[in-house]
Amino acid sequence: MPTSDPGPSGADRPGPAVDDPTDGYGAPRRFWRALDRRRPPGTDAVTHGWRSPLRGPWLTSVYGLALLVTLPLVIVTGLLDYAAYSPQFGQAFPTDVGWLRLPPFDWPTRPSWLFRLTQGLHVGLGIVLIPLVLGKLWSVIPKLFDWPPARSVAQLLERLSLLLLVGGILFQIATGLLNIQYSYLFGFDFYTAHYFGAWVFTAALVVHVVLKLPRLVTALRSRPARAELRTPRARTRPEPPDPDRLVPPRPGPATVSRRGAIALVGGGSLLLAALTFGQSLDGPLRRTALLLPRGRDPGGGPNGFPVNRSAAAAGIQAADTGSGWRLTLRGAGRTVTLDRAGLLAMAQHTASLPIACVEGWSTQQTWTGVRLRDLAALAGLPDPAAAHVRSLERAGLFRQATLQANQVLDADSLLALRVNGVDLSLDHGFPARIIVPALPGVHCTKWVTDIEFRARSDG
Amino acid sequence: MADRTARLRAGYGAGPRHLLVLLACFALTGWVAQRIAGEATAGRMLLWFVGAVIAHDLVLFPVYATLDRALRGALGVGRRPAGPGRLALLNHIRVPALGAGLLFLVYLPGLLGWGDETYRAATAQQRVPLLTRWLTITAALFLISAALYALRRPRPPRPPNPTP
Repeated sequence: MPTSDPGPSGADRPGPAVDDPTDGYGAPRRFWRALDRRRPPGTDAVTHGWRSPLRGPWLTSVYGLALLVTLPLVIVTGLLDYAAYSPQFGQAFPTDVGWLRLPPFDWPTRPSWLFRLTQGLHVGLGIVLIPLVLGKLWSVIPKLFDWPPARSVAQLLERLSLLLLVGGILFQIATGLLNIQYSYLFGFDFYTAHYFGAWVFTAALVVHVVLKLPRLVTALRSRPARAELRTPRARTRPEPPDPDRLVPPRPGPATVSRRGAIALVGGGSLLLAALTFGQSLDGPLRRTALLLPRGRDPGGGPNGFPVNRSAAAAGIQAADTGSGWRLTLRGAGRTVTLDRAGLLAMAQHTASLPIACVEGWSTQQTWTGVRLRDLAALAGLPDPAAAHVRSLERAGLFRQATLQANQVLDADSLLALRVNGVDLSLDHGFPARIIVPALPGVHCTKWVTDIEFRARSDG
Repeated sequence: MADRTARLRAGYGAGPRHLLVLLACFALTGWVAQRIAGEATAGRMLLWFVGAVIAHDLVLFPVYATLDRALRGALGVGRRPAGPGRLALLNHIRVPALGAGLLFLVYLPGLLGWGDETYRAATAQQRVPLLTRWLTITAALFLISAALYALRRPRPPRPPNPTP
């Protein structure tokens, strides 16, 4: 096999001759060269049809840098949200993820707004980045129609990884957007798809960053940002031809400046931010999430805050929650049964705690009830390893949840009976619900019927 | 070693780092694929993954690029440089149109009221399609843009000044 093949001459390609040996044909050369020569009809028309003089390594790198800084935040907050579900109890979905997860740790209860922050950031930032993703894809789309599709096995594999990258980000955006808007059109399990989709995307992103970071640095240095941001449309010129051929061979006159294109993407992000972050706020500002389910007025009164899973959907009957309702506590061989009056007769504690949903919305309310650690003591296990909470709900993924020791023992962890000074409404979990600082909303079990405190294995 | 790297570059087409990161990426993707393959809905997931790329690259992009080209054609902003007035008009249409299009795509399920039952089960509220809200926001975007255009429109040229 000849190792000193000169590669394709620069003459038959637009752009400068590049003497980088990786830009030539790989083995088998005859095949790649033949592929290059056999241009499908219309290829030249497409190549010469790209008009925008803004396309080029600099603009692509600006969008790329913005994504490089923000995407890791979305990825890490997503993984943290998985950890917040206490995967050690097999209650984070999907359950079987092998080594594709963060190292195991107990999700903390402090600060109490931790889950509100991580989940709000994950969903909010995920939405806000959409214009940036679309802008980045716009800037590189000529590459999709480039001929030949590859000149070597290396380029072929890299393009395959780009399919994973682009497919990954679009898949994550689409499934995420449908999930937070309660439209499960896709017909597969959201958790499984979104979790594993994230790993496929992350792997492809790492590849892309490792391979393209040097290009990004070179491109950003090629045009000083300050000067570029001062260049008006009238003085906007195409970049010199680049080895990646992002710069169109026959650019038209600019209709927008580069700073205009950056402002357009930034403006789109601001617009989405303005219409999204209201779902994490209380009071009149919630209504600013004009187009999201959680921007709606949840009704007035002390129980007027968003519901996640209605009593009707959970199949809760009025008879189950009436005077016949009993709470069963189990622990250390002892079983204690309490009615609601008995619970109200115990020491009551009030805490202002947020409740945050994995779908990104959250709300802060003032909850009153019995401390979980008092209930643990009553059951004869003042220092439990965990507590398993069951709901009256008979079906449903979140009809039960296991709490870690720190979540049982936190001074603000409650079996709440009242909210904002009145009894819980049926939709908010009457007669009693769990509320624990920084715990995902769906693990704050509603309509509690049974708490089983588990002893530490060493004693 | 250097010789071997050179041979890899000539045959494979890139250096060892390129090969290593790609192999790692495909190994992980392969593991995920194997894990997902057991799911009854694996085919759907793959369809949505590939479908998302097709929907963007071969539907969304051509549609908005064609609309933009049509708009430029209608305003006479072609291959030759156009006057600043024409360009300003073009951009004062483009920006609100892109904003409205973006909102439509992102909030589509809520706008069209898809998934009535899951919505009611989750929120204890009846789903109300928000399309009129979107239309109102769209109208507001175009109005703001039109007002700004009217304010910033280049004035008609004054009679020539004697100063150079």
